[in-house]
Order: sequence, then structure tokens, then C-alpha cells
Amino acid sequence: MVVKIIIVVIYLGVVGYLGFLGYKNTKTTKDYLIGGRKIHPAVMALSYGATFISTSAIVGFGGSAGVFGFSLLWLTFLNIFLGVFIAFVVFGKRTRKMGHNMEAHTFPEFLGKRYNSKFIQKFAGAVIFLFMPVYTAAVMIGASKFIEGSLNIPYDIALFVFAAIVAAYVFFGGLKGVMYSDAFQGTIMFVGMSILIVAIYSKLGGVTAAHQKLTDLFSNPAIADQIKGLQGGGFQGWTSMPELFSKYWWIVVSSITMGVGIGVLAQPQLAVRFMTVKSDRELNRAIPIGGIFILLMTGVAFLVGSLSNVLFFQESGQIAVVAAKGTDGIIPLFLNNFMPEWFVSVFLVVLLAAGMSTISSQLHAVGTAVGRDLFNTEGKTEKKAMLISRLGVLVAIVFTVFLAYWLPTVWDGAIAISTGLFFGLCGAAFLPMYFAALFSKKISKVAAISGMLSGFSASMLWMMFFHSKESVVLKVCDLIFKKPMLVADGVLQFVDPIVISLTLSILVTVIVAAATKSKYEEKHIDVCFKGIGK
Amino acid sequence: MLGIPDLSISLAYILCVASALLCLVYGIVMWNKGGGDAEEVEIEEEAKWQEKENLIDEKL
Repeated sequence: MVVKIIIVVIYLGVVGYLGFLGYKNTKTTKDYLIGGRKIHPAVMALSYGATFISTSAIVGFGGSAGVFGFSLLWLTFLNIFLGVFIAFVVFGKRTRKMGHNMEAHTFPEFLGKRYNSKFIQKFAGAVIFLFMPVYTAAVMIGASKFIEGSLNIPYDIALFVFAAIVAAYVFFGGLKGVMYSDAFQGTIMFVGMSILIVAIYSKLGGVTAAHQKLTDLFSNPAIADQIKGLQGGGFQGWTSMPELFSKYWWIVVSSITMGVGIGVLAQPQLAVRFMTVKSDRELNRAIPIGGIFILLMTGVAFLVGSLSNVLFFQESGQIAVVAAKGTDGIIPLFLNNFMPEWFVSVFLVVLLAAGMSTISSQLHAVGTAVGRDLFNTEGKTEKKAMLISRLGVLVAIVFTVFLAYWLPTVWDGAIAISTGLFFGLCGAAFLPMYFAALFSKKISKVAAISGMLSGFSASMLWMMFFHSKESVVLKVCDLIFKKPMLVADGVLQFVDPIVISLTLSILVTVIVAAATKSKYEEKHIDVCFKGIGK
Repeated sequence: MLGIPDLSISLAYILCVASALLCLVYGIVMWNKGGGDAEEVEIEEEAKWQEKENLIDEKL
């Protein structure tokens, strides 16, 4: 316990110092909002990665891999290929240049200025302000529960201390403070996960041997009873995809792989990072670090979650989900049972780092949405504008901490649901218009707004009335129709909102774009696209 | 392959590693690119920022 506390204290000391560094170097609104556009590529890449991956991605999704197995690797592939490569090369470069051309400082401001629409900016700001705290609160609940469990500190105190520390460096340090500490936290995550993957493969006799053991476990008669329930959902072993169009197949393919894998492209807290570097060269240099970082995070978490089945079986004759009594307990139990004690302490810091880095960026995004997008700061002095942004962060923190207290009392399993909710919502509402903003000079304002609103409403409606994971807890359907979801038979209740809402918003955007004419002056388009597509 | 019987899973496994390698190779090949003719614009923009920053410093 003493070792754990010492390691955590050292870690918090360094994070505090980095926040202070950010504070010292933050003089203008531009510094506060986008790090003055002079962030180092390595810092940018690690910060992007560390923001991307939260505690719930490692513990929550890693635990899910204990059930769904290697099929989750499709998400890792999308995370690297779409979330890093395509995000940086296709979206990032243009976002950076265009954001620069338009002097945009936040994601909503970027969209608003590109489409010359205050409505878009305010709507996007409102979506971030209202829904991001739910996602932030989820990460905070996960981290605080973890502190409660491993350091024996009561949940309320853990939550308060954790929130106060993150709040301090976001409030004072702005995006510089956030990104410096992200990079440090990213480095810790990098080292921790590297040790983990080497450890598990060497325990199981090498890569192929380990996989083979996991494959063989499925046909072992000793676990037949334990996997009976899983097989009913379409489970065909940890090294096979679930049965086509079965319940598990829809969960793996639509919710986990597509919901999170595609939604990431339109995440405000990630997109804003492209605007923090000064040229494409920095983005090019950030790509290798980003790609390998994500492979080591989700890739390792999913492999370890799946392979833990073999170790749990060897130890107790039980599969992971049975031994850990649920998916969320798999990774913590695996660490406690199979890794040396010193590593468990180090990993505690890895998970704290994963949580903190995500939360700090989310708070920053919410704060700037309030301080910059919902309130008009134009014409105000630099000092005043920065003060409004900081007050925005403060509001975001109070709101989030309130949710983190309240949600666990009303919402069981809040972590996974709210992560998917926010990713899906952002993907459906913003992805088509964000893509069009970058690549089409002819798209009209009407088309962008119609796409955004249809994606947003389809997403909300699907969650309230069809997708059982959300509709059961939101209770709107129950209130109106006296049943938890409209269609309870068949697999419709497992089809993720993003499949429906993103398809709809793409269609609406394309159709309205074809039917309406862009009314933008040539000058506006020239300014936006200056230096792009040469 | 790799002890994984389902081809679509071994494909995912390979694609994960391959896409990370793609990121690595892309970064190395493009290491010094992207500064290019943006350099001039950058200098100009940087001068503008500096000017603004000086102004702010004065005000503060």
C-alpha cells in the first residue's frame, strides 16, 4: 500500500508541475484554446492518443474482450486506420489549414465559421455542453471507483480529490497544461501496456502458442456449461467472429466496432488538436507515434482480456467472465492474480493517467464550448475572453462532478453506455457536415444544417425507442408506450444508433446538397480553402 | 494462421499490426515534408502572431 501511495503522489506531483508549466506559458486566448498553435508533434500525438483512450477503454472494453474475444481487434484496426491514419492525413491536414485560415479556436467555431452560421456553432456548442459531461462523468466514475478499490479511499473523497486535481490544471493551464500532462500520461500508458503484452505472451509460451491455447479452450468440455449462455447469443469461441447477424454479432460489429470506430472522426476534443500544430510536417511526424500508441492501448487491452481466459482456466477451471463475476472485473482481477505486485501499483498509475488525460481534454472542450461558442466573445479584450473560457471550464467541472455523484445512483452500467452515446451522437450529427466542410466548396448551409439535425434527432430517437441498451435506462419509451423498447423481438434492439443515424444524415446531406445551391460568396470559400488542395 | 482458425479474425490481427506499420512508414517517409512552400506563409503568419502577442503583452 505504501508503495502504491508513493508512486501515485510522485505521479500527481509531476502532473501538477506540468499544469503549472502550461499556466506559465498561457498568455493569450489562443494559448488557452489551442496551445498557441505551436505544440510539438510528439506532444500532440501522445496527447491525441491519451485523450482517445480512457480508463474505460482499457478496463471496460478490455473486459468485454474477455467475452467477445479477438473479434474486438476489428475495433483496434479501425482505431488505428480511421482514428489515426485517415484522421490525420485526410481530416487533420485540412482541418489544420482551414482552421488556421478562418482563425477558428474550437470545433464548433470551425464548423460555424466554415458554414458562416452562428446557429451551427451554437448548436454544436450546446451538444458538447449538454452531452459531453455525461461521457466525462462516466470516465470520472470509472477512475474514482478504481481509486476507491485500490487505495481504500471512500468513493466521495476519491471523486472530489480526483476532480479537484484535473480541474486545477485545466482551469489554469488551458490546452497547453492539458497537452503537456497528456503527453506525460501517454508515456506512462505506453510503458505499462508494453510490459503487459510481453508478460502475457511469454506466460503463454509465445504468440502462436498463446492463440492456440485460447482456440483450444473453446472446445474443452470442462467449460461447456460456462459458455452455454454465451453460445445462445452467437458466441463461437474467442478466436472466431460471433455467428453472422446474431445478437453478439450486432453488438460487436455495430456498437463496438462501428459506433466507437467511426464516431471518433468527429470528436470535438480530438479534432481541435489538429489546430494546435503549425504545419503539416508536425502532423506527419505525429502519425507514427499515434498509430503505435493506439496499437499498444486497445490492441493490448483486447488481447489481454481475451487471453486471460486461458490463465483463469489454468488457475481455477473458470473462464474470465465467470471468475471475475462480470466483464468490468476481468482486467483488475487478471492484474491482481497474474502480475507481480509492483506492476499492479504501476498499472494503477497507468489507469489514473488514462482517465485524467481523457477527462482534462473533455473538460477543456466543454469549457471552451461555453466560453467561446455559446457566448459571443468577439469584441471583448483578450483578458476578458480568457476569463469567460475559464469560467466555462469551471461550470463544466461542477456539472460533471454533480453527474458523477448522481449517475451511479440511478444508472447501472453508466460507463459503457454513455461513452457509446456521445461517440454515436457526434458521429451522426457532425461527421457528414465536417467531411463536406473540408472537401466540398459547393455544399450549401441548408444541406449542412439538415444533415446535422437529422443525424442528431435520428440518434436521439433510436436511443430512446429502439436500442435497448439506452432505451431501458432512459425510460422515455417506457413512459410513453409502457414498454422498454418499441420492437423487442429480433435483433433490431441490438442495432447501434450510428448505423441508422449516420446513414440517414449522410443521405440527407447529399440529397439536400444536390437540391440546393450554395450561396456563399466566392471570397468566403477562397479564404477557407486558401492553400488547400494544391 | 497464428493459432487463429477464423480467417476474418487473423485478418483483423494482421491489419492492426499492418496499419500501425503504415503509420510508422508514412511518418518516416513524410518526416520533412509538409513544411515546403507553407514555410513562407508560416513566417508571415508567425510574424502576425508575434505582433498580436506583443500587443497583448503591452496591454497586460
